[in-house]
This record gives sequence, C-alpha cells and structure tokens, in this order.
Amino acid sequence: MSRNFNTGERDFDGDDDGPSQDRRPSGGGRGGPRGGRFRRRKVCRFCQDKVDIIDFKDVKLLQNFIPERGKVLPRRISGACATHQRMLAEAIKRARNIALLPYAAD
Amino acid sequence: MAEKRVYEVVFIVDPTAGDEDVTRLTDNLQNIIAEQGGTVTKNETMGRRHLAYRIGRNTEGIFQLFEVEGSGKEIAELERRMRVNDQVLRYLTVRVDEDRRRAEKFRARRARKSLKRPTRGGVAGVGTAPAPAEEGSGDEA
Repeated sequence: MSRNFNTGERDFDGDDDGPSQDRRPSGGGRGGPRGGRFRRRKVCRFCQDKVDIIDFKDVKLLQNFIPERGKVLPRRISGACATHQRMLAEAIKRARNIALLPYAAD
Repeated sequence: MAEKRVYEVVFIVDPTAGDEDVTRLTDNLQNIIAEQGGTVTKNETMGRRHLAYRIGRNTEGIFQLFEVEGSGKEIAELERRMRVNDQVLRYLTVRVDEDRRRAEKFRARRARKSLKRPTRGGVAGVGTAPAPAEEGSGDEA
C-alpha cells in the first residue's frame, strides 16, 4: 500500500516485482491488499501454545502435519516458525523410524 | 560427562508375544540396564498399535517405552541385546536431557519476560530502552 504513495520506494524493490504485484489486486477487484484472501494465521501455533518440545510419540499432533502422501507439510503452509518446523520435522522422522508414521503413504 | 544423561527408548515387541512374554522381556532388559549401572525411571506400555508400515510380516506391534538414566554405556548394551532378540521388531533411542534442559531455559526466559513487562503496550520505539534493565535481571538470575 505504501508503495502507491511514495514512488521513490518502488525503485528499491526492483522493476519486475513492483508493477505485477500492484496490478493483481486491482485486476481481481477483491479489494484486499495483495490477494490476502487465503492468508492464514501468521504466527507459529507452537509459539502461541508455548510448546518447547515436540514429542515424536504424539502421533495425533504429528498427523496434522503430514498430508495424504506422508510428506512433511512445508513451512509456508504449516505456518510454523523455523525452530518449531525443525523440531516438527525431527519428530516426524523419529516417528517414521519407529513405525508410528508412514514413510510413504498409498 | 559428570552429569547423567536421560534417554527415551521405545521398542516394538512381536505382537504374537503374550503378556507374560512381554513382562519377562522388559524385566530382562531392565536387569541389563541395572547391571550396566543405569536406572530405569519409567517403564510404560504404549499398548498394541497398528504399524504405519509392515515390519517383516507384522502389521501391528506392542509398543514399550523406557526412560533410562545413565552414562550411555547401558544404552549400548541394551541396543545390542535388542538387536539380537527376535521378539524386538524395532527400537529407537532418543537422548532427551539436552532438549529438556533447553525447554527449561525457554520457560525460564518466558517467565522472566512476562514479569518484566506485564503490559506490552506503549510505543514500539521504546522497546529498545529497557535493554539495560534486562541485563540487570540477568545478573540476579
């Protein structure tokens, strides 16, 4: 939004990114800034819940982070911060080793 | 090395084993740990569970959990025994004391922070100002 007001800032971002991002919301006519329709929670849910240890035995929790295929849900979707995503990935790998979670589903 | 290490050992027992077999096996393993100078602080049965994938011909297994305190030598012996034992389908040992200590640290820091500023309002620019005060509290702790 601020980009529209001071044109000086637009030059910093580079010419390619600036215009295309500006165009999208106006073209779609949704009104929200940068197509924020699907923006999920911005903060890591583990940080919010103050989780310090992600236990590999907690299958119910881990199951939320493995889609059908059995892969680890990427951070951009899970919304976890770097620290917690790392803990999560480690826990999932441990759970796989002990046959609590599948290596590959289907 | 001076301090004790804490491990979590999860192992899967053959589902065809009866209850007595399982208790005999766990007693056996506990004795081995004790012989090596470790202590079993927790011995839990997670029960009969479905395996996420087949191990050998088995689709389910009996999950057992140990929490072991010791130097690390007993873990080596325990793992060797479990490897040899046909009833143990799989095992996993995780060292937990370091993670727990780290978690404890986080919790302490959080407690200190919430004490420091009960109200998180105010101007964002002022956020840098309380830095010296925070150092003072660090010395106390």
